[in-house]
Amino acid sequence: MISRDLVIVGGGPAGLAAALAAYENGVKDILLLERDQYLGGILNQCIHPGFGLQYFKAELTGPQYAERFIQKINHIKEIEVSLKSLVVHLTKEKALTYIKPGAMQTLTAKALIMGTGCRERTREMIQIPGTRPAGIFPAGLAQKLINIEGLLPGREVVIIGSGDIGLIMARRFTLEGAQVKAVIEIQKESRGLIRNVVQCLDDFNLPLYLRHKILKIHGKDRVEKVTVAEVDDKLQEIPGTRFELACDTVLISVGLIPENELIEMAGVAMDEKTNSPESSELSTTSIPGLWVCGNAYKIYDVVDGVTRDSAQAGKLAAEYLRNLP
Amino acid sequence: MKLFDVIIIGGGVTGAAMARELSRYKLKIALLEKEVELAFGISKSNSGIIHPGTQNPSLSLKGRLCAQGNQLMRGLAQELGVDFKEVGELIVIFQEEEKARLRSIAQEAEALGVPGLQMVDRPWLRQHEPNLSPDIVAALYAPTAGIISPYRLVYDLAENAMKNGVEIYTAHKVTGIIRPADYFEIQSTGGIFRSRYLINAAGLWGDEIANLVGIQDIVIKPRKGEEYLLDKKLENLTNHLVFPLPTPTSKGIIVIKTSDGNPMIGPTAQDGEDKEDLATTDQGLNQVLASAQKLVPAINRDDIIAYFAGLRAVAGDDFIIRHENQCPGLINVVGIQSPGLTCAPAIALMVIEILRQHGLSLQKKRRFYKNRKPFTHLFALPLGKANKVIQKNAAYGDIVCRCEMISAQEIREAIKRGATTLDGIKFRTRAQAGRCHGGFCTTRIMKIMAEELNLPCSEITKRGPGSEIIKASRENEANDIT
Amino acid sequence: MIKKLTCIACPQGCPLIAEIGQGRVSKVSGNKCPKGEEYAKQEIENPQRVLTSTILTQGLALKMAPVRTNKPIPKNKILEAMSEIKKLRLNRPVKVDEVIIENFMELGVDLITTRTVD
Repeated sequence: MISRDLVIVGGGPAGLAAALAAYENGVKDILLLERDQYLGGILNQCIHPGFGLQYFKAELTGPQYAERFIQKINHIKEIEVSLKSLVVHLTKEKALTYIKPGAMQTLTAKALIMGTGCRERTREMIQIPGTRPAGIFPAGLAQKLINIEGLLPGREVVIIGSGDIGLIMARRFTLEGAQVKAVIEIQKESRGLIRNVVQCLDDFNLPLYLRHKILKIHGKDRVEKVTVAEVDDKLQEIPGTRFELACDTVLISVGLIPENELIEMAGVAMDEKTNSPESSELSTTSIPGLWVCGNAYKIYDVVDGVTRDSAQAGKLAAEYLRNLP
Repeated sequence: MKLFDVIIIGGGVTGAAMARELSRYKLKIALLEKEVELAFGISKSNSGIIHPGTQNPSLSLKGRLCAQGNQLMRGLAQELGVDFKEVGELIVIFQEEEKARLRSIAQEAEALGVPGLQMVDRPWLRQHEPNLSPDIVAALYAPTAGIISPYRLVYDLAENAMKNGVEIYTAHKVTGIIRPADYFEIQSTGGIFRSRYLINAAGLWGDEIANLVGIQDIVIKPRKGEEYLLDKKLENLTNHLVFPLPTPTSKGIIVIKTSDGNPMIGPTAQDGEDKEDLATTDQGLNQVLASAQKLVPAINRDDIIAYFAGLRAVAGDDFIIRHENQCPGLINVVGIQSPGLTCAPAIALMVIEILRQHGLSLQKKRRFYKNRKPFTHLFALPLGKANKVIQKNAAYGDIVCRCEMISAQEIREAIKRGATTLDGIKFRTRAQAGRCHGGFCTTRIMKIMAEELNLPCSEITKRGPGSEIIKASRENEANDIT
Repeated sequence: MIKKLTCIACPQGCPLIAEIGQGRVSKVSGNKCPKGEEYAKQEIENPQRVLTSTILTQGLALKMAPVRTNKPIPKNKILEAMSEIKKLRLNRPVKVDEVIIENFMELGVDLITTRTVD
């Protein structure tokens, strides 16, 4: 079987930083597998500013931040980038199989770094009752439709959850001419960064309903309205506070979950609550020579932290390879 | 105007099974479906259980057709290449005293010829079904129970029926029926059809169709069932379908194995009036969860990854399958609720017999295509085989839905075989049915659909007109070249 | 007049109280560092924002090219700037940080790309 020194799964900010750091620390054979047709991961659809304040001391957008890494990687011949390559199988011996158009490859990695990112929690995970019409989107999907495809998926929008993606999308929908009817947050405070509450909601006078909960989604073919109520400290509905909001779109922005099904398949010890690896030190897992970094390791607030920690994982992998007999 | 021999109203599993069975004969057949795709009514919410014949009295149509359908389904699934698995079922009891009820269920089933029934005790259960509640004292084991994908069965039946000459018209809602001579004239939203015989398999709307020709004694009430799907990681949560003792109105909350791997818990049974009320409820969720946990305590609220509600078409205690003498040539096939999926192939044979008795001449075609061109599902192949498929056709290596490992080629194939909506693609391929619920793949699928169907993305729908995904496009605003 | 606002100069998010007279900030309290005062003055007297968006492309590898203003623009110009951006269609390959429109809307800022689009 083909063997590679270092394989990195994921070409988003985590994988890019890990690849660069590993190279800079002496690894000369790196394979970077990215399932999309471009490097950059989720940064490509995060066209808003606010990236790089810590790492580059400049306020960049997501694509600008990504491109600073991509341009470097593209000039390093020791880092082989394989796009449209989806890893479908992984063993505890770090043998992995990936599929790309026209080919399926199996190889072993002496060292392996997983930068597989995260997925969004869905409407189903918080079990919102009601119907299942068109018009219910994870916030990130709406972001992709608008920013990458130029398609507006709604005119009257209610956003469930005040995480950063939800706030950013409230502004984005508003700028694209849609009406954001409400952001509904069950907690006492917004879950997003203050700057996002200020610049995404307050700037456009968009209403944020704290301590409110969505009770039901209505609509046969397309979303027609939602039922909302205020909740008490135990998050239970306060009687008499129900109201309805007419809308054609419900965005779900209720948090992110690390994507770690591959390492789980390989038998890495997992923390079931967070869907991340049990880990004694940054990025380490129960399998020697296998690291997890970026949002797959834990959910980060800002990308700069992903870069910093993932670079550390790249460095650890380089050390590990140096010490192999 | 063309005169059909038989027109079937309703493109659920009953209609599709009849269409396919009738397509063996030299007949001009059409099937009219009001939705934009088949299986979008009752069939899409089916649990996918192929019942052995343990749930209904031996003298009922349901019981008889179920036992027969269970046997017929095996051959049918093989001919069509639909994935059928015989997993067996357990009807469990919590009290020793309830054994008498199990025995009477077994007696009824034996009268129907259900094979292999066995009373199993606690040690057997511990060995064969370790996740079952320790409070369960015994069970009736029926090994011939199975699972199938309800919607794929419908699509495959229909595809094979079309191959054998049946004409299928979706988005054709029947609005009026007259009988000007010895044929029916059927008005639909897609035009007028004429047929010598007419089969009403219109599901929830079977009473309204019957009303159009003056039959007043059929009343169909919707009975809602909420179902909750669990993460695929729990595929081996149980090895069998696990049933409680049935109640007068339902089989109770079941722990279901599905052909897609995800266990499912449900369904509720809630009588209502609204034939379009597909909303799930908090009460439904709590009831399903509590009942399922009673059977399998390891089930957790967080394991739920999807849910939906379906409506059963209830017309009294049993199916209504009969020729209407007051309207010669009309056969009502209504009130088909559980175990309707299992019964479908047997219902088809029964209806053909009724047609024969009422004068339809049935001559077998010289050439009947009993098989369907297989559909390659990458996820169902071992890796080595998948590799060969990818090398042969690169597009199988172009993964669109990563949660379920569905390639661009499978999406295209689904569209070629009739999918016109996002739900149609999901039902045929599983793309968007995984953990992320389409968060990652929806845009790509829309683009493939736009290309294959030659539509702008803004016209792509979830399940037909009114369910468009997109409200506006920059294309229509941007004009200044820079 | 008293206005409460949250400082977003850094993630600490100090709650600021600004005293305002004739449209000018006379006093700021609640801030833990000088940036807070600066922020309150700017935010009340002349609030500015970086605008990011996308423009439609024609004949390029990506359907949408992400863009931004290279410097902040007055907050009250944002919606007008958006309607200008929505009219645009890009038909030539661009590098990241390439200027698309110089002195955009006479605001003294450039509209630049934020991704290389071939």
